[in-house]
Amino acid sequence: MLSDNSAEAMGVECNRAAPPQAGRVLLGIENVTKRFGGLTAVDGVSLDIMQGEFLALLGPSGCGKTTLLRMLAGFEKPDEGRLLLEGRDITAGPPYRRPVNMMFQSYALFPHLTVAGNVAFGLRQEELSRRDIDARVTDILKVVRLEGLGHRRPNQLSGGQRQRVALARALVKRPKLFLLDEPLAALDKKLREETQSELRELQRRLGVTFVIVTHDQEEAMAMASRIAVMNEGRIVQVAPPAEIYEQPNSRWIAQFIGDVNLFEARVIGDASPYLVAESAVAGPLHALRPGGVSPGTDIAIAVRPEKIHISRATGKLPANAISGVVADVGYLGDFSLYKVRLDNGATVKAAVANVSRRAEPPPALGERVTLDWPAESAIVLTR
Amino acid sequence: MRKSPSAFNMVAVALGLAFLYLPIAILIIYSFNDSRLVPVWGGLSLRWYRELLQNEALLDAAWVSLRLALVSATGAAILGTLAALALARAGRFRGRLPFSVMIYAPLVMPEVIIGLSLLLLFVVADLDRGFWTTAMAHTTLTMCFVTVIVQSRLADFDWSLEEAAMDLGATPLRTFLSITLPLISPAVIAGWLLAFTLSLDDLVIASFTTGPGATTLPIRIYSDVRLGVKPEINAICTLMIGAVAVLVIVASLLSKRYSMSQEHKGALGAPM
Ligand SMILES: Nc1ncnc2c1ncn2[C@@H]1O[C@H](COP(=O)(O)OP(=O)(O)OP(=O)(O)O)[C@@H](O)[C@H]1O
Ligand SMILES: [Mg+2]
Repeated sequence: MLSDNSAEAMGVECNRAAPPQAGRVLLGIENVTKRFGGLTAVDGVSLDIMQGEFLALLGPSGCGKTTLLRMLAGFEKPDEGRLLLEGRDITAGPPYRRPVNMMFQSYALFPHLTVAGNVAFGLRQEELSRRDIDARVTDILKVVRLEGLGHRRPNQLSGGQRQRVALARALVKRPKLFLLDEPLAALDKKLREETQSELRELQRRLGVTFVIVTHDQEEAMAMASRIAVMNEGRIVQVAPPAEIYEQPNSRWIAQFIGDVNLFEARVIGDASPYLVAESAVAGPLHALRPGGVSPGTDIAIAVRPEKIHISRATGKLPANAISGVVADVGYLGDFSLYKVRLDNGATVKAAVANVSRRAEPPPALGERVTLDWPAESAIVLTR
Repeated sequence: MRKSPSAFNMVAVALGLAFLYLPIAILIIYSFNDSRLVPVWGGLSLRWYRELLQNEALLDAAWVSLRLALVSATGAAILGTLAALALARAGRFRGRLPFSVMIYAPLVMPEVIIGLSLLLLFVVADLDRGFWTTAMAHTTLTMCFVTVIVQSRLADFDWSLEEAAMDLGATPLRTFLSITLPLISPAVIAGWLLAFTLSLDDLVIASFTTGPGATTLPIRIYSDVRLGVKPEINAICTLMIGAVAVLVIVASLLSKRYSMSQEHKGALGAPM
């Protein structure tokens, strides 16, 4: 299942990043496990990182993202498994012999060196002439828009500037694989959004493979060409952002990524290409039938709030619809989030886009409404 | 927001400083006394500094002390820094607590006991006592001061700097030389200066561990003074005070510069 997801991912990625040699595996992670004492931080992870892609490792705090990244950088040795960089085994290689560079969450700028000194540090470790070093430092400082700040010390820079020094310092090494551990966590919201698009732009321009760690799903969605969702040390799904959102493969992912209404249900019939499932909360529901689901199976039907259409109750319920009373309306500017209480007490969330000032006022608090959604928008989850 | 000191505080500080520095001031003033009799003021002169230049025994002792301080402070700085790094880097290993307590113990151990135990060691090991045994003794004594100073500097050391350096291609040795050492160097230098002054003024331990031909300045002064205070001694003591004062000022400037750069970092780092 990982492999067919990654095949699809490549399709998306070609559109997005257009890497020079798409489709080639840059780094193969094979069954990698890392334990700290009794705790298994990374548990049998296998994943192929493709040449030129922008991969996000996404997961809740403590799920092992940083540990996995640190193994790629060489700071931790896997207890089991192998890392193959372009087919070469680098599992035991020290960090200073890997064509892999990392940007630290704290940036880890050398306080006693200037900006230029920081950026040149990595190049000084290679056999390069002074002139080459200077030229490459000047170039990369231009790329990250820090020209003219080369003589400053890190403590004389703003947070955003420091972040770009850290970026330049790692990228100037022209790594095959660039690792970023929560690179934007220390920035404020506006700067973070700007930097997100800058990073994506930079990645596209340089064609370097990026692996970014984040626990912010919006960040992952906005930047990555492919997302690997982690939970408790394992990778639970790898797919492009849209697929992760529209076709999560488990209840856990559906709830972790975005907002969702989950209806526990049992399959009772078939109305090809749909299945019919009976939910205690929402009655009979239709959804596109995935393979391997037969009558009697317990499933969950997940519906994203923005897929739900809300209208004033008219008495007769169409198929795939439920009825309830508006219990809460949250106005969020671009859309309003309705919480509708069903007659059996359950609450369903529906998002209504505020596209135009309508002639007819939207349903108000306490009004009886009908919620319905196309069967194609419902996601069937078996796990 | 600073309160101006009250009269009482001023007097208290003045009395305290007088108590500390009056004897030293008297010694310095009398080193410029022209009279042979120490308590009798005979006018200003540099006579005893000139006489000092003729006093081979005192100058020899000063030279021994100077070499001793250089050798032992350097040894102590190296060993003490390594010990501090080992303690800081190893994290919480079993037996870390006893180990770090053992590092601190010489700070509070009476010098007589250290001197005596070193003497016994050298006797048992059948080492001829002299310059090198005293250098070893001073290194032992002063390295724990260096360790304490360097350790406090390492307490807030950002170890990800070392990882970043290695990530950028620096071998562990290059990382130490170009990242770690420069960053802890103010502490290492301050430790070296402290070790230097401690060695320069040690009387007790040196008198246990030294031998013929390696009489240190404090030992020479002490034995001379028992025969009566000679004005040359005032002169050489004044020179020592000057040297030590310069070193202490340099050390405190170094640590101040470090703490100021830290504050600077904090002030700019906060608003993000
Ligand atoms: N050096 C270590 N020693 C012991 N346990 C560790 C060590 N490093 C990480 N762990 C543990 O391994 C687990 C995974 O940690 P990791 O830092 O990889 O999580 P993470 O996904 O990066 O979380 P966050 O989003 O909070 O940064 C955690 O339970 C953590 O406590
Ligand atoms: Mg982390």
